[in-house]
Amino acid sequence: MARELQLMKGNEAIARAMIASGCDGYFGYPITPQSEVMETLMAEKPWETTGMVVLQAESEVASINMVYGGAATGKKVATSSSSPGISLMQEGLTYLAGAEIPCLIVNVMRGGPGLGTIQPSQSDYFQSVKGGGHGDYQLYTLAPASVQEMYDFVFDAWDIAFKYRNPVLILSDGAIGQCMEKLYTRDNVARWSEEERRANAPWGTWGKPAGRGHNIITSLELDSARQEVFNHKLQAKYAEMKEKEVRFEALNCEDADYIIVAYGSSSRIAMKAMQMAREKGIKVGLFRLITLFPFPTKQLAEVAKRVKGILCVEMSAGQMIEDVRLATQCGVKTEHFGRFGGIIPTPGEVLEALENKIIK
Amino acid sequence: MNKDIEARKQELLNDGYEEVYTRTKVLTDAVMHYCPGCGHGTTHRLVAEVIDEMGIQDQVVGVSPVGCSVLAYNYFDVDFQEAAHGRAPAVATAIKRLNPDTFVFTYQGDGDLAAIGTAETIHAANRGENITMIFVNNGIYGMTGGQMAPTTLVGMRSATTPYGRRVDLNGYPLRMTELLSTLPGTYYVTRQSVQNPAAVRKAKAAIRKAFENQKQKKGLSFVEILSNCNSGWKMTPVAANKWMEDNMMPNYPIGDIKVDGKICEGIDANRLVLDHALTVMQ
Repeated sequence: MARELQLMKGNEAIARAMIASGCDGYFGYPITPQSEVMETLMAEKPWETTGMVVLQAESEVASINMVYGGAATGKKVATSSSSPGISLMQEGLTYLAGAEIPCLIVNVMRGGPGLGTIQPSQSDYFQSVKGGGHGDYQLYTLAPASVQEMYDFVFDAWDIAFKYRNPVLILSDGAIGQCMEKLYTRDNVARWSEEERRANAPWGTWGKPAGRGHNIITSLELDSARQEVFNHKLQAKYAEMKEKEVRFEALNCEDADYIIVAYGSSSRIAMKAMQMAREKGIKVGLFRLITLFPFPTKQLAEVAKRVKGILCVEMSAGQMIEDVRLATQCGVKTEHFGRFGGIIPTPGEVLEALENKIIK
Repeated sequence: MNKDIEARKQELLNDGYEEVYTRTKVLTDAVMHYCPGCGHGTTHRLVAEVIDEMGIQDQVVGVSPVGCSVLAYNYFDVDFQEAAHGRAPAVATAIKRLNPDTFVFTYQGDGDLAAIGTAETIHAANRGENITMIFVNNGIYGMTGGQMAPTTLVGMRSATTPYGRRVDLNGYPLRMTELLSTLPGTYYVTRQSVQNPAAVRKAKAAIRKAFENQKQKKGLSFVEILSNCNSGWKMTPVAANKWMEDNMMPNYPIGDIKVDGKICEGIDANRLVLDHALTVMQ
């Protein structure tokens, strides 16, 4: 497929982008509101075209460990799920990070805690960027705000994952997963040839050729001194991501008196609220996070110096706001506005919150 | 090979000694951490010999568990992945599906395979994944200090059943091998042991068959190896092997259960569907 304008659901865009970006394997388990990812893959039968393997696993626990096994052979492997399923995957994620296995995980968030609701939510921010599993690790976390970004970020994810040998998380939500929007598809990227796989993932376990030592994929190091050295190596990698791989979008921030900080679906609502505010003569800007880890700390701090107040909008009880306050060293009045439990706030509510919590 | 070992070997050969037995090249020089007398070392060697004899060292990817054999990757000179506790069959599933030309084997103990990893084991088997599973059953959690395993016999003492396993408290021991034999996805299901030379030879033949089946793309082959855990059972290796023969084997009978996708003759339904607890014999 070449560049072409299409109308598509966010979940379908994820699936089509996987096929188009040369993904070798997908392992998943059905859960609302993201089941269309695997349904699309199964309907498309990519094993007959690109050779991509698609398998419905017995659980999310099995899915993420299939990602581990497949991706550790140096191939591009992905899974997707929604919040309760992602909770089940946390053990696998920390193993993936600890064994430095590049891969892609998509979380189409729904409301929690527990079985919660099947409606959109953004209450997995802490789980995503503060280490949902045990140990000191980070997932490179991308937050798409449109169906187009659902599609594009799959392509971007492979580059980052293999550059840093680190799992990449696309943190979306039920609203973007379920809504239909136009998007431009991209030229297909062929799956890696055997030579490309070996060149891009020399650490992979595909059968030791004569002349090289055996490759071992493990997150175990019983010698504490060596385990500490390894942890320093991981931290250096995360520091490099913070330096080089931060992504964000600043809209109308140059002349803004107030800014809204948001990501994903909330940033779309915030954008409308910003327009409504500007129509009323209030100079509001939008600072949209694209990477949640690495967080655009320096860039937000720079913008924050010029404003009188910050409203954080998130479909949660207020999780992202902690990183916003850290970034600004609490130097600016910063408040949270959110609906949760699956409720999506309206632009009017956001504007009202801005006026009541920040401007007044 | 380790230079010191190589030099010593040369010395002995110069002195007129003859080499009649040697390390297989599929095992590394690493010194194994297994307790003397445990069945893991022998079982490792058998798997390595089969890989060597089939000439597939460059095509093998192994998956180690969490438990006593967590460090198996240090001992086999083949590509290896260390899986999360119980997840080896899921890990192996993806390795094999994405790399159908490799030989994939899992190596797990009873806690890993039959407790925390029960779902992954049953579903990999039921999908008929074309892999080889080696299951070392010693009726105890060895690595963590001898706690009750899913295969611990009724009446058997462990760190968490100091008065012996009780059905009213702990339920029944699980026979994974018999259970898996009832699934259409399994092609070869057998139980072997490695406590004496005759048993070792049979176990090796079974492991060879399990890898040959994978070569022929026949589906899942499952080889249970009964082993003692002399340190966990708090016995000498010799006494532990005797105890295994007297108590484990009547409850976990040795031999093939399913060959070429068919339940073997003489294995009747009563053997596969138990109406009694597996109990310590003495």
